[in-house]
Amino acid sequence: MSTVPQTDERIGLKHGAGGRAMRRLIEESFRSAFTFEPEIPAGVLGLSAMDDGAAIRVGDRWLVMTTDSHVIQPPFFPGGDIGRLAVCGTVNDLAMMGATEVLGLTCSVIIEEGFPRQDLERILASMRQACDEAHARILTGDTKVMGKGEIDKIVINTTGIGLTPFIIRDCTLSVGDRIIVTGTIGDHGMAIMATRHGLALDAPLESDVAPINGLVRAALAGDPRAITAMKDPTRGGLASALSEMATKSRVGILLDEAALPVKPETRGVSELVGIDPLMIANEGKAVMGVKAAFADSVLKALRAHPLGRDAAIIGTCTDERPGMIILDTGFGRRLIAEPEGEPLPRIC
Amino acid sequence: MTANPLEFRDPQRARELTEALERAVAAIGRNPVSVMHVCGSHEQAIARFGLRATLPRALNVIMGPGCPVCITDMPEIDEGVALALQGVRIATYGDMIRVPGSAGSLADARAAGAKVDVVYSVAQAADLARETTEEIVFFGTGFETTAVATAAILLNDPPPNFSVLSAHKFIPPVMEIVSEMPDTRVEGFLAAGHAATITGSGIFEAFVARHHIPVVVAGFEPLDILAALLRLTEMIRDGQAEVSNMFPRCVTREGNRNAQEQLWKVFKPIGGRWRGIAHIPNGNLRLRDEYAHVDARKRFTIDVNALWHRSPSSLVRQCICGNIMAGIASPSDCPLFGRECVPEAPVGACMVSSEGTCKIWHQYGGVPDLRAPAPIEGCLRCVPAEPAPVPAPRVDGGVA
Repeated sequence: MSTVPQTDERIGLKHGAGGRAMRRLIEESFRSAFTFEPEIPAGVLGLSAMDDGAAIRVGDRWLVMTTDSHVIQPPFFPGGDIGRLAVCGTVNDLAMMGATEVLGLTCSVIIEEGFPRQDLERILASMRQACDEAHARILTGDTKVMGKGEIDKIVINTTGIGLTPFIIRDCTLSVGDRIIVTGTIGDHGMAIMATRHGLALDAPLESDVAPINGLVRAALAGDPRAITAMKDPTRGGLASALSEMATKSRVGILLDEAALPVKPETRGVSELVGIDPLMIANEGKAVMGVKAAFADSVLKALRAHPLGRDAAIIGTCTDERPGMIILDTGFGRRLIAEPEGEPLPRIC
Repeated sequence: MTANPLEFRDPQRARELTEALERAVAAIGRNPVSVMHVCGSHEQAIARFGLRATLPRALNVIMGPGCPVCITDMPEIDEGVALALQGVRIATYGDMIRVPGSAGSLADARAAGAKVDVVYSVAQAADLARETTEEIVFFGTGFETTAVATAAILLNDPPPNFSVLSAHKFIPPVMEIVSEMPDTRVEGFLAAGHAATITGSGIFEAFVARHHIPVVVAGFEPLDILAALLRLTEMIRDGQAEVSNMFPRCVTREGNRNAQEQLWKVFKPIGGRWRGIAHIPNGNLRLRDEYAHVDARKRFTIDVNALWHRSPSSLVRQCICGNIMAGIASPSDCPLFGRECVPEAPVGACMVSSEGTCKIWHQYGGVPDLRAPAPIEGCLRCVPAEPAPVPAPRVDGGVA
């Protein structure tokens, strides 16, 4: 009898869900395949860091590079579409490493035969709009068309590069740092879920998809050393992002549930389907560790920006339970588990 | 206190209830005092609000066989997987798709090319059938609560290409079985408020009379649960055995007659296995013969034997999920725990559900004690496994 777990003989959806299974796949397969000799030279932050992107020392600055492929069902959703998502995803990954000025983007599109031209135009216009908001430019690209049924409608890959005098990692939290999230959580994932499953809602949920490099720049404007670590809580939500930051940084994170910014409509749907907003994807938010002395000034800077009005201090890094997230619910405390696989609605 | 009387999430009131609970458990004078809930939603609420971190240490709230994901039996999963691999499109509730059968889960079947849809309700599965000419089979799991919804759809002119593979279960009989297990330590039950909304609290009266174990019907807000636990421990302290309805805003003694009628019109109770627990007389709900035309078991030849070449796992026979769900064993007693059985590749259902005891243990290295923030040296500080307890004296001194 084979002891190889059945589920790992094939790629499952969990392997793309942003959680532990995906990290294991990357570590076991991709990282081992892409270990280059000689060892990575100094001044290069590569795949082994498992961060939002790579960074290469160029003179006295860092060139940050990141890439992301976007698939989403449905391609048009309240608050955005796959085009906006594709630009924002890459711009935000650059910003998470400190590169808030985008040097350039690529746009590579794979389209299913029969895809309406009108929809394509709409997606491209939306990419252009997102580029304008991010002060970014698409400089090159690629287009492929595949047969009907060989791909689901449209896939967009974007790659981005940016320059920054200093890089921000996701593994450098210290005990005592405050945790700040730049706005309400769970909006993107809940909007998609509600659309996909045809939930009839009084107040429609909208995705938060937006480029936040400007917001991050505002936060960094005071003292760049104030922000100790940063990540965008996309797939797997805040729980996944914070788990990864806590594990890599070897600190515990104590979260105050009452301080978490959640829109009432998002909370409503989340209670209905039994999925915690902490586990839900965001596409226009950052979560950052901030030195305690700077917490208020960074919060003020964030709130002064239109995309950061709901920013909040939600927790503190502690030496209690390194690598874990402890949530104070007001009634008691519990540990937040990192999501495993796609979030699934519960039966009861 | 000026709190809104309809505010069920008032931390101040929660503290008052917790203090009263502490006093009631202390007055019983035994350690542990074990009570059981039989509802995944109760565990979900207890976990979500972190209530275990505030409950008296001497109060052992056992998670009973109330999680539909955990108690759906392996042969039932196999039927769903076999049907899916035969090319029939399956619709089911989200957390069912990862539950391993003897030859993989529905998620594995999906990865191998089968069509498996996640739905939020049976109504959504019926809608799916309306949008296509394909046969859609709803893999119906869960208790009275979800079974009633299934019944309502079947009674309401379902589309012709829609049928149901029923793995629905009925809760009251399993309480009898748990109470009669030789090693049981359960001194009281929390009954699920939503199920009782349908069946009525009266359904537990015969059980209480037979076993002399108190039952409290509880809602799902943190204050509901704390108040119900308080009522339960007070009854244990006073040697009382009654049915107490602590969820009167939804539950009556008679229940929802209309829903009961629909339920029993469509379903009949038959005996059957609950995963890892036992054969439960009248514990399974199957479609009555009048509904054979929408019964997937009658509509299709489900070739479960075809799964056998897919390396039926001998590991599952070593799984002790049943004893864990019955509250008489800990994950540390299981030879598979943390080795062959891990969250990424679960053998038993307790490792699948986010409320499953094994999953919680695996993730947190035991039952985490989050009471007092304390510095940690090296590893986690956990409450050790259930201290091998002297069986607590039973209220009635014996088993029926």
